[in-house]
Amino acid sequence: MPGQSVVKVNTLCKRYGKVKSVDGISFEVYQGEIFGMVGPNGAGKTTTIECIESLRRPDAGEVEVLGLDPVKDHKQLCERIGVQLQESSLPDRLHVDEALDLFSSFYRKSINWQELLLDLGLQEKARNAYVNLSGGQKQRLFIALALVNDPEIVFFDELTTGLDPQARRTMWELVHRIRDKGKTVFLTTHFMEEAERLCDRVAIIDCGKLIALDTPENLIRDLKEGQRIIFTLQDNVDPAQFHRIKYAESVAVSSDRITISGSSDHLISEVVNFLTGNGIHFRDLRTEQPSLEDVFLKLTGHQVRN
Amino acid sequence: MKKFSKLAVTEFRLFLREPEAAFFTFIFPILMLFIFGSIYGNRQTEFFSGYGSVDASVPAYIAMIIATTGLLSISITVAMYRERGVLKRYRTTPLSSSSVMISQILVGFIMTLIGAVILIITAKLLYNLRFGGNVIDVAIAFILSSSSFFALGFLLAGIAPTARSANVIGMAIYFPNLFLSGATFPKQVFPAALDKISHFIPLRYVVEVMQGMWFGHNWSQHHRDVVILLVILVISVIISALTFRWE
Repeated sequence: MPGQSVVKVNTLCKRYGKVKSVDGISFEVYQGEIFGMVGPNGAGKTTTIECIESLRRPDAGEVEVLGLDPVKDHKQLCERIGVQLQESSLPDRLHVDEALDLFSSFYRKSINWQELLLDLGLQEKARNAYVNLSGGQKQRLFIALALVNDPEIVFFDELTTGLDPQARRTMWELVHRIRDKGKTVFLTTHFMEEAERLCDRVAIIDCGKLIALDTPENLIRDLKEGQRIIFTLQDNVDPAQFHRIKYAESVAVSSDRITISGSSDHLISEVVNFLTGNGIHFRDLRTEQPSLEDVFLKLTGHQVRN
Repeated sequence: MKKFSKLAVTEFRLFLREPEAAFFTFIFPILMLFIFGSIYGNRQTEFFSGYGSVDASVPAYIAMIIATTGLLSISITVAMYRERGVLKRYRTTPLSSSSVMISQILVGFIMTLIGAVILIITAKLLYNLRFGGNVIDVAIAFILSSSSFFALGFLLAGIAPTARSANVIGMAIYFPNLFLSGATFPKQVFPAALDKISHFIPLRYVVEVMQGMWFGHNWSQHHRDVVILLVILVISVIISALTFRWE
């Protein structure tokens, strides 16, 4: 599955004063994938991505992007990558179309920005000043600006932070469409759900270190948590009997709510058979898969948002 | 060149959309002209060595416009662009820091020039403005003074940690420059102590060289002004190049 490697990071270190913001991180990003870095705020995600984007000079370690050195080949690299920053803005009174026109002029090669306006649903806002845009519209404008030079790699740093759930979903669709056009997407997020839904591979970062790197499916499978089947009892029955269910590895009871966990794929049919076979009335039966959130919790011992 | 000219045109548009900046550059000097012109008129007097009050005020007000652009407009714009991440966003493109700086200087220069031309035309039409120098000398004095004060603006933007502090420092320097340099009140009315203080006010040298060239003085009478403005220019350029930060 891996295409050509487009980003190579080897034992990257960056410190601010005494704090090691990034402490020996190594990974590669392959052409055409959506690569995500997840971790809590302050984990070192932005510092890492900004070293790759040639905004910061690493203290130690090597970074190579599209065969270029971000420190030495700043200009050449900027021609070939698109960047959305976690914190940036445009002059208040700059109009959307003017911003696109301006940024296209910075590059040797640029695509027709009118099409970008259309693609990102900004055509009706073309004559609006930056200051009058909503959070989601600003973010879409920054995506458009990141695409204006038809880049090979697009970087999104906390793309959906501060957006409402609907705008967040729109962003996810946009990111998928960008990848479908053959571009590599490198993003950071502190939303585990976002990483799970969006990314082909996920790097989990905590305290400046890389803790795990794999596809979301593999990361979750390696957790060996299995699935949880949760239902509510309608009759007064003894929950102890549920231990007899085949493949049930643990049974948790909280008043009339029962949670049965196990790693076998057959667990669900065994549970349902047992309940109907014994005439036990139940409602609200659902299954819960472990998520990336659980992976993070297990690997670091703390929640993402503390 | 393409990226630079587009940036300059964009900055030009943004300036015109900024009502406060446009007011102080284009309108305020004319209001000053109306007020003092209606009080003193423009009769020739020994007080201004044969020129009238308006004749002496116009080059002084041009000095004021130069100070407004350099100390307020440029310094605050650059500090704000940096604080709000506009410069950082530019940094992710192939745009160079010199393009950012030169576009600001160019736009500041054109705006100052437009402000000066509006002022001159108004004074000519309403108060029969007299001009005793030659245009080239005045242009040289104007370019030197602008360069010097715009560089000072970049220096302010470079050393101010935030946009707010650039604003405060800019104002704190601007107003003494405005009132103690002869740009608003002629220094001929200053008491001796005030006149001494005004020697430490950079804008004084802009006022002197602008008025001098306007009245047709010889450059040899203004060596000191030229040297001081050049020193300010060189020091400011060096410090602002060293302190330039994208974020």
